[in-house]
Amino acid sequence: MNIITASEVVKDFSGHRALNHVSLEVPEGSIYGLLGPNGAGKTTLLRIINQITAPDEGSILFNGLPIGQEHRPMIGYLPEERGLYKKMKVGEQALYLAQLKGLSKQEAMKRLKIWFHKFEIEAWWNKKVEELSKGMAQKVQFITTVLHEPRLLIFDEPFSGFDPINVNLLKHEILQMKENGATIIFSTHNMASVEELCDHITLINESETVLQGEISEIRERYRSNKYQVTFSGSDERLAGGLDPRFELLGVEENGMGRRATIRIKSEDEGSGDLIRNLVEITEIKSFQEILPGMNDIFIQVVNDTIKKKGADHE
Amino acid sequence: MNKISLIIQREYLTRIRKKSFIIMSVLGPLIFAAYILIPMYFATLEDKEVKTLAVIDDSKLFTENGPNGPVFVLPGTKTLKFQVVEDVPLETFRNTFEESDYYGVLFIPSNILASETSLIYSTKQVSLEVSEYLERSMDTEIEHLKLEQQNIADIEKILAEVKTSINVRNIKWTRDGKTQESNTGVVMGVGYLGGMMVFFFIFFFGSQVMRGVIEEKVSRIIEVIVSSVKPFQLMMGKIIGVGLTGLTQFMIWMVLSFALVTGLKAAFFPELNRTPTEQVISSDLFEKGTPGQDQLQGPNQTETDDTSDVVQEIFGSLKTINAGVMIGSFLFYFLFGYLLYAAMFAVIGSAVDNETDTQQLIFPVILPLILGIYVMISAINNPDNGLSFWFSIIPFTSPVVMMVRIPFGVPWWQIALSGSLLVATFLGMTWVAGKVYRTGILMYGKKNSYKEIWKWLRYSS
Repeated sequence: MNIITASEVVKDFSGHRALNHVSLEVPEGSIYGLLGPNGAGKTTLLRIINQITAPDEGSILFNGLPIGQEHRPMIGYLPEERGLYKKMKVGEQALYLAQLKGLSKQEAMKRLKIWFHKFEIEAWWNKKVEELSKGMAQKVQFITTVLHEPRLLIFDEPFSGFDPINVNLLKHEILQMKENGATIIFSTHNMASVEELCDHITLINESETVLQGEISEIRERYRSNKYQVTFSGSDERLAGGLDPRFELLGVEENGMGRRATIRIKSEDEGSGDLIRNLVEITEIKSFQEILPGMNDIFIQVVNDTIKKKGADHE
Repeated sequence: MNKISLIIQREYLTRIRKKSFIIMSVLGPLIFAAYILIPMYFATLEDKEVKTLAVIDDSKLFTENGPNGPVFVLPGTKTLKFQVVEDVPLETFRNTFEESDYYGVLFIPSNILASETSLIYSTKQVSLEVSEYLERSMDTEIEHLKLEQQNIADIEKILAEVKTSINVRNIKWTRDGKTQESNTGVVMGVGYLGGMMVFFFIFFFGSQVMRGVIEEKVSRIIEVIVSSVKPFQLMMGKIIGVGLTGLTQFMIWMVLSFALVTGLKAAFFPELNRTPTEQVISSDLFEKGTPGQDQLQGPNQTETDDTSDVVQEIFGSLKTINAGVMIGSFLFYFLFGYLLYAAMFAVIGSAVDNETDTQQLIFPVILPLILGIYVMISAINNPDNGLSFWFSIIPFTSPVVMMVRIPFGVPWWQIALSGSLLVATFLGMTWVAGKVYRTGILMYGKKNSYKEIWKWLRYSS
């Protein structure tokens, strides 16, 4: 079951198309990454899912139904530009925001007590937001985002501006919420966090979807046929004994011994052929395929689309 | 609806707990009270100093022989006394005046009947009060003398019968066949006060709405809020919350001003009559007269002495202004005028990133309000001419201009027309404002101009 289904979403601003027929399906209980360079249209899409703006064309379904007012309490949103009322007291503000999401005052109070205790920030209850440091305010804002225990959490660039300690805290909470059955959509530039957290991604570039799918499947698709071999023995013997079907890209020292990077030139050859060749010429300590990092895929795909667009223009 | 009430609550509570609100609530009545009491205070200061004039009466027309020597015929007042001096030349006074306690020396020349001039010598400017008293009473005295010289029998009796004081009183015929008396000055005052208050409240609290919108935009909380509620709910909640703050402030001012003026006056000036303003507050705002009491006795009312006549007239005039209608229309025009302008102020707030950018956008919005003030000033003198009529119908100026017309009596159909146009415009404006606001609050770093706002208006919802 998909919790969010966006189909053919188009959004125009004056003289500029922010989203051009973007579709995506977010399976319930997954962590979904929305990637893309700055200005690609990620925030606009997240705002549309949050019903902050409406699409010009296309539709958004929540659990198979057209998204509407009744879904607002089921969504928690942490926007990229974070902010709270500066002059308002922390506790009062958290209560207010929770009530806007449909919690009763008593229930909100009960849950806030638990969260404030968990984050060890009980002492801030009567402080004004303007007295807090940036990191403190971020904790408060995070609590207000998740307090109503929404089924869908949307984080726009959740890791930007957080210090490493808060980033870890956040990651931990995100995984925790997934375990509790929530679905999480987040946009990010931080590819390490994508690999670490996401099940699915959509990569948007210049208002269009350029890459979409399950993360393991995507990495498979972008495999480069490169392998990492840790061996003992002389480099010359390895280089000399390697079949011409394989290319030695480099050798370096690592803690366990020598580590070589080898590419299989032809798509037809498998890793078995390489292993058979290697056992004849050296002693293998470890053998591992190098799957491309999301960072590399990101850069590659974005550059490809730019090149493609350039070619189209010529 | 529940969410709007949450927003209203927050807007209202955070505002009335602000230091500035509390300060304004206390300071407002103090300023108001000071405005009334300081002139009263100065008036009493003047009264307390007793001035004595030395009188040199060369004409002998103003001097009578009393038991303790010569006495001046004019009685003087509480603060003005006379002392007749004989056989002292003016030159002597000139040399010793500084040491004497005299306020001045009144010199009545022997030829006063012909020259019609007397002189006051003093080191300073003689107050208007003194010179007016002297002119008035010496006129009367000399008129008497001249009449006596005509040798007419029973002259005193004839004079008493002839004495006339014409008092032009304005009696209004109302629809229901009653007659009411009114004093134009008082009615003008009430209308002016009402119009100015509506203007002030619209402008002051409208700007607060604008500042509130900017605050949410600058602090970036806006995106969190509009993911929970519709932008329109947020806008209306803010407008209503600020409006309630305005009404609360108004009520506090009224109660405090009344208490303050009454209290201070009782403490410091027990001898003074109540001022018209107090009477406005006390008799009309706090003791809403029943309809029966609103009617004053007709023109055949019995003669009373001067002071109570004035008081009677003011009371009478205030009572021709139906308190219920006045308060009702103040609340109506304040409320809907505020709502109309607050929606526009909210749009301006949504279109800018900081308060300094508002200035160029604000001007076209407050222009009609300022125009309303100009028309209001003219309407005080001509409440029923074409200009006053049209500007009290046009929604953007009607809250100010109609307020000044109402005390003079406005036909019901005009109030109904003006009122319903105002409500309709408010609804239309709020709808338009909602559309622009929704787009504007998410826009940062855009060139803010009415051209840009026009574009936002046409974005789909």
